[in-house]
Amino acid sequence: MYQGKTLPVLTVLGVILAAWYVFAVVLNTPWQLGVYERSGVTEWSNAQFISDTLNQKRPVLPSAHQVAVEIWNTTVLKAPTSRRSLVFHAWITLSATLLGFTIGTVLGIMLAVGIVHSRAMDKSLMPWIVASQTIPILAIAPMIIVVLNAVGISGVLPKALISTYLSFFPVAVGMVKGFRAPEQIQLDLMHTYAASKAQLFWKLRWPTSLPYLFTSMKIAIAISLVGAIVGELPTGAVAGLGARLLSGSYYGQTVQIWSALFMAAALAAILVSLVGLAQRITEKRMGGAPA
Amino acid sequence: MSTVISANKLSLTFETNDGPVHALADVDLEINAGEFVSFIGPSGCGKTTFLRVVADLEQPTGGTISVNGMSPDEARLKRAYGYVFQAPALLPWRTVEKNAALPLEIMGKDRAEIAEHVKRTLEMVNLAGFEKKFPWQLSGGMQQRASIARALAFDADLLLMDEPFGALDEIVRDHLNEQLLKLWADTRKTICFVTHSIPEAVYLSTKIVVMSPRPGRVIDVIQSSLPAERPLDIRETPEFLEIAHRVREGLKAGHSYEE
Repeated sequence: MYQGKTLPVLTVLGVILAAWYVFAVVLNTPWQLGVYERSGVTEWSNAQFISDTLNQKRPVLPSAHQVAVEIWNTTVLKAPTSRRSLVFHAWITLSATLLGFTIGTVLGIMLAVGIVHSRAMDKSLMPWIVASQTIPILAIAPMIIVVLNAVGISGVLPKALISTYLSFFPVAVGMVKGFRAPEQIQLDLMHTYAASKAQLFWKLRWPTSLPYLFTSMKIAIAISLVGAIVGELPTGAVAGLGARLLSGSYYGQTVQIWSALFMAAALAAILVSLVGLAQRITEKRMGGAPA
Repeated sequence: MSTVISANKLSLTFETNDGPVHALADVDLEINAGEFVSFIGPSGCGKTTFLRVVADLEQPTGGTISVNGMSPDEARLKRAYGYVFQAPALLPWRTVEKNAALPLEIMGKDRAEIAEHVKRTLEMVNLAGFEKKFPWQLSGGMQQRASIARALAFDADLLLMDEPFGALDEIVRDHLNEQLLKLWADTRKTICFVTHSIPEAVYLSTKIVVMSPRPGRVIDVIQSSLPAERPLDIRETPEFLEIAHRVREGLKAGHSYEE
């Protein structure tokens, strides 16, 4: 299936790892020199020095194996229910991501339906939808959390709503385009059958828009994850990948930060490929015409 | 014979940025039940526009037109006609049988009835055995046949065909012309058929409407004297050539070969 792809992928991975270790040694050198100075070590071999820079407790840039060990320790070796488990935190973030993504996708589709069917909504809503995304999410996230807390809503929903705020946008814009994608000849055809608006929607507009939906959803689910992580920052870092990032930076736990980052990246990759899988299954069921 | 389409001083002017375009100007035409009427003329002569007015896809700006004694709008709501477009316009995510079933689904027929109609119409266009294929798996000629099956599926008495075979090669086209004649003979539908091709028009029609552009108007209406039974080689008979000649003269008179 991926014939011929393995070697190039491994080559790139190797280059990245090599560069990573070089940077780790370079960036961690000043601190290591300070450590030797304080502890009176005056002579050291190159091998010893490199090994030490790659195994500091709070490195500027942790080495790959440190991150790998940290991930191993906090996933496989910890019960998923433990607060020290990265799986536990990933699940917290994932649940907010999925909830926010679902609400955002439904909201985006409904907005697109309204915009396509109502000229008034087209004229009045679209500028606001675009404007909503010009506000930095970092600025609006704490306000959403605080305001919702004030009215007694806490837990997963406020974070999810930040994901929603980000994710409805690509879906709304993509689906407006998708619902308008049927060709004139197809619209004429439905007109000759005297099809109702609902029939026109379900038999023509909706199937035509599905490729646009999946493309939008791939973007939406990735930024939903970003939204959930950002939403965890102002809550005082209780739980979630965002909390791990924040507490890691409070205490200089760079290894913890990097392992949380990798967990987030892996999560994003899995989520996007799940949407891609759903897309392939749908395409197959819709005849699988070669693009 | 009862009148199916009756146009009286029918006009349609498109307002464009370059000024008005007179797509149809004072078109008078009567089409009776069971006729096979071809509309022939160069691009811009309004033949497609006339069909689209009948189908309520365009609104006339002058004159009157009735379809089955009703306005085009009422006729459309009563599903009085099937329309075959220049392109097959099949929905790519539907199989051949699902495409043919589309109008029946929209008209709210029940499952059994849909299955029966689809089976019958697909046999009529020689697509039996291809029910489960998707459009991209078919040749252009088969796709267009599927779109004809779709237009036939709901048993409208009037079939409007807008250059349905224009994009197909000559051999496929000959074959489909033969099939269409047979289908017309079997179903006794009224067919309005737009074409660019003189042989196609003469071969198929009982009545040929010759049109000319700017403004789009009817130059000549020719009643064909050819027999109902038409093998392909009828196109080499003197009678056939005589009608073809008259069509060509009509087109010349409309200055359609200039510019």
